[in-house]
Amino acid sequence: MIDIRVPLGTLLACLGLLLAGYGAASDPALYQRSLGININLIWGLTLLVCGAVLFWFGRRARPR
Amino acid sequence: MQPTTIDWLIMGVYFAFVLGVGFVLRRNVRTSSDYFLSGRAIPAWVAGLAFLSANLGAQEVIGMAASGAKYGMATSHFYWVGAIPAMVFLGVFMMPFYYGSRARSVPEYLKLRFDEKTRALNAISFAVMTVFSSGISMYAIGLLLNLLLGWDFSTSVWLSAAIVLLYILLGGLTSAIYNEVLQFFLIVFGFAPLVFLGLHDLGGWRGLSARLAEVASRRGFAADAWSSIWREMGHASANPLGVEWFGVLMGLGFVLSFGYWCTDFLVIQRAMAAHSMSAARRTPLIAAVPKMLFPFLVIVPGMIAIAATVGGGASGFSLPAKADGSLNHDLSIPMMLAHYFPHGMLGLGLTALLASFMSGMAGNVTAFNTVWTYDIYQAYIRRDAPDHHYLRMGRVATVAGILLSVAAAYVANRFNNIMDLLQLLFAFVNAPLFATFLLGMFWRRATGHGAFAGLLAGTCAAALHHGLSLPRGSPPGVKGGWLHVAHTYPSEMAQNFWTAIWAFIVCFAVTLLVSALTRARPEQELRGLVYALTPRENEAGTAWYLRPAWLGTAVIAAVLLLNFLFW
Repeated sequence: MIDIRVPLGTLLACLGLLLAGYGAASDPALYQRSLGININLIWGLTLLVCGAVLFWFGRRARPR
Repeated sequence: MQPTTIDWLIMGVYFAFVLGVGFVLRRNVRTSSDYFLSGRAIPAWVAGLAFLSANLGAQEVIGMAASGAKYGMATSHFYWVGAIPAMVFLGVFMMPFYYGSRARSVPEYLKLRFDEKTRALNAISFAVMTVFSSGISMYAIGLLLNLLLGWDFSTSVWLSAAIVLLYILLGGLTSAIYNEVLQFFLIVFGFAPLVFLGLHDLGGWRGLSARLAEVASRRGFAADAWSSIWREMGHASANPLGVEWFGVLMGLGFVLSFGYWCTDFLVIQRAMAAHSMSAARRTPLIAAVPKMLFPFLVIVPGMIAIAATVGGGASGFSLPAKADGSLNHDLSIPMMLAHYFPHGMLGLGLTALLASFMSGMAGNVTAFNTVWTYDIYQAYIRRDAPDHHYLRMGRVATVAGILLSVAAAYVANRFNNIMDLLQLLFAFVNAPLFATFLLGMFWRRATGHGAFAGLLAGTCAAALHHGLSLPRGSPPGVKGGWLHVAHTYPSEMAQNFWTAIWAFIVCFAVTLLVSALTRARPEQELRGLVYALTPRENEAGTAWYLRPAWLGTAVIAAVLLLNFLFW
């Protein structure tokens, strides 16, 4: 059975990349509704890091 | 706010993974045990998160936020009183019998411990209940997608049904469990920024409390009624729940919560899928840790929504009104998503919401197909077929379960009252259950006739109590008082709690009495099924943090601390 952390980490990292990329490229006026905070960029990077960590643990645990 | 390309992209990526997991896990399904019990191979933390997520359906997310707006922080009683103690009890005391008896389902445990008729009663009522719950989940998706995305009811219902069907058909319980883990992370990552932005908007916790004091005083309560959890519980009329501390502790904390968390196969199935006894016992204890923090994720948004609506926030968030002019508390989370999240995060928030809808549905469907196949089909229709026959039956039951749920969703859409009535009936059936399990596991003299009579009597007591009492201000009928109004409760919640308390007491007493009058089973048949006749697990050499008793103590200490912090 695959280790759940591999697909989970990949999913979070993909979503993180999408969000962070969009956050970096989008018009700052968009962030008026989120109280001036570029939540896409910040949260996208958070997701990316969490996803990468989970993926790494999942891969490392595999050859058991 | 309508989603744009980036939002759709995020939702699309998530659904691609959901189905992808199903396809990858397809290879692992060879026997019926793989399909219904994940081959008992799931690690404790995965089972724990699935245990938590299976319960975290849409009604839970939307409903808890709505209660946060309606009742304030005291809603956390549903977690800190109404879930954690029961989860600890399940892990420390009850799981050895569920897992150790090798029963494949909760009804099957009842058959091993008591007799065939007790199992049949539980299996059939449970199967009917899961189909309708999953239908109600679908109905809620239909309404919400209609509101948020403008999709019509049928499109939403059939699309979500198709996705859930596909991934369960492919990977069985493992697929449902893996998706529940994905969903757990999505809910946390989707809602945490919402709470952060909402609090930021109101000037932090202090700003929130100040506005909640205004909410409370406008409704004629003491200023801390929305921000404290125990201070206003001395009398039912002093808090918005309309319940006093005894009702909360006894009705919610004991009868209802133990009745749900310790006997409902929907959640227990996740723990039964764990790879060892120790992992199965740790499953609810691991689940308890995030569970006790969930009020901050699902209840606080509702509190923010009502505080911003009544007290005014910097960004001008306000809850919409219903047709009758009252505030629509159910829309707390959806409206906050639309208000605070820019495109991008909006996609993530909607994905989290959709994920919770689907896992609620999937949890019901996986519990249904197992109970149908093992406890109804194998028990009463075809007893001695080869294993692959039951595996195929499980897949057929999955399709049938989903089709029945779709039908139930349409019924709910057409006749709202029928659904209220059905949920009421389920409440009557569930209310006495814990008394049966408690006596079954901890009193060797309890007999099958006793359990069966107790369950029936408890259900009748629940119905009778409901028929004789009424929440203040409701007309007699579906809300109660359909026989005679002998007692008026300050709120519907108080009535629910007391219905459960009476059902429990009657079931307990009748089971005791009838058991005493009927012949007990020989003790050697009860080994592994009853506490006094089961050898304790040898825990020598196990690290303390892997021992259920220690873990459970730590969890209880943490939850007590939370109660004091928000006292």
